[in-house]
Amino acid sequence: MATSPAIEVRALSHAFTGERTVEALRDVNLEVAAGSFASLIGRSGCGKSTLLRVLAGLIEPTDGAARLNGEDVRGRPGHAAYMPQEDTLLPWRRALGNAVLGLELQGVPRSEAEGLARPLLERFGLGEFMRAWPAELSGGMRQRLALARTFLARGPLLLDEPFGALDALTRQEMQIWLQEVWTAPTADERRTALLVTHDIDEALVLSDVVYVMSDRPGTILERIEVPLARPRALTVVTSPAFAGLKARVLEALVRGRS
Amino acid sequence: MSALGQVRMYGPAFGLMATLLLAWEVVVRALEVPAYLVPAPSQVVRAGYEVRAVLPGHVRTTLGEAVAGLLLAVVSGAALAAAMASVPWLRRALYPLLVVSQNVPLVVIAPLLVIWFGFGVFPKVLVVAVVGFFPIAVNTVEGLLAADRGMTELVRSLGGSRWQELRHVRLPAALPHFFGGLKISATYAVLGAVIGEWVGASSGLGLFITRAQTSFRTDRVFVAVVVIAALSIALFALAEALARVVVPWRYAARSKE
Repeated sequence: MATSPAIEVRALSHAFTGERTVEALRDVNLEVAAGSFASLIGRSGCGKSTLLRVLAGLIEPTDGAARLNGEDVRGRPGHAAYMPQEDTLLPWRRALGNAVLGLELQGVPRSEAEGLARPLLERFGLGEFMRAWPAELSGGMRQRLALARTFLARGPLLLDEPFGALDALTRQEMQIWLQEVWTAPTADERRTALLVTHDIDEALVLSDVVYVMSDRPGTILERIEVPLARPRALTVVTSPAFAGLKARVLEALVRGRS
Repeated sequence: MSALGQVRMYGPAFGLMATLLLAWEVVVRALEVPAYLVPAPSQVVRAGYEVRAVLPGHVRTTLGEAVAGLLLAVVSGAALAAAMASVPWLRRALYPLLVVSQNVPLVVIAPLLVIWFGFGVFPKVLVVAVVGFFPIAVNTVEGLLAADRGMTELVRSLGGSRWQELRHVRLPAALPHFFGGLKISATYAVLGAVIGEWVGASSGLGLFITRAQTSFRTDRVFVAVVVIAALSIALFALAEALARVVVPWRYAARSKE
């Protein structure tokens, strides 16, 4: 049975109108199968974040289609588990309160939402910090909390450079960690995910498929499958297969330079 | 905080205060300054003891006016802030007027209010409200507008309504600003009430000062000054304590990273 992809973008274009019109996206086509992890890689300012915001329903695109699980989401938020670039934790909510925000907004009673959040926070290594204020958490912990909040919300995961603000070492650890929590426990239970990043290693370590985007106006240059076995270890980046894939991404990125 | 830490924290302020008082006492005695000009601290303490029977009544009146005026300032300031934050043209229309209103001296406003509303408690409450209203309104408007765009977008992306955006992001984001304004207003509330009473009253610290002044009891004027300062500090501390209860996240340890 042919099922529609969980994330589907067809001939999508978007221009920001203002004092001067900026063409951000041009004829973007992309799809992510249910339960797989895809990355969208491109240079800063190429429009990849804009694409994610379109899928989150925050921007109504000028032209084209954007669907999540077959549902039209253009200008209609509430269908995706979106994680913005900054962790955007609400400072007035404790860790547990931040984790349940999405569920609470979707009308799930607080006690039920907390029942769902507790085991996830344990798994994310935040079990002892459920009562902490965000200001009391370290950078890596804040990021894990923001990811927990995202995982708890309904819909495909849309992650906008989740580790952009972290130092290089923490960042690598977090990539492997995210790969682990996403892979577990069974393939059927995996969440569909689309990650936006400008870090090639990050994209390859995490993804089943990598889409390479050109400079503005952003368009898809190449779709690269990543057939590396899961779970992937920190050392996966040193394997010859990984180097070959990295070379392909780099070549595509060079081609997309404006 | 350890005992030593407390000494480090508050020691310098108390030390300076004690030194200044001592110097004052010594200088007044040494130069034989007449009491109707500058009384020594010890004389002020004696004067305070003399008026111990009448003072509490005046304090009650003034404090009542200050608190009532502050409450009025909170309600009207917050309401106006909400209106200004949600209606841009209202904000543009009212902001200059608000600033101008702060530049009309209190000593002009107070007699006018007495002419309009009589010698009762109400005009004093109004003076306090006029003083306290501005910091609360301006701070709260800024707080409501300063809400992080990433946070409001996050709430929207999760399917939150405009009301949820207000409740979960804008209002909590504005609260620390509101309390910042409240602390300023609380500091000036007693002063506002005293100025209101100055113009004409049947009770209150303003009246007490006027009487002490006309009978050249400068020591009693100083007693009133001390009491006013103490009351102002108490109201400020109350606002601070309230803020700690309502916005506890502001007082959480900052991230070490």
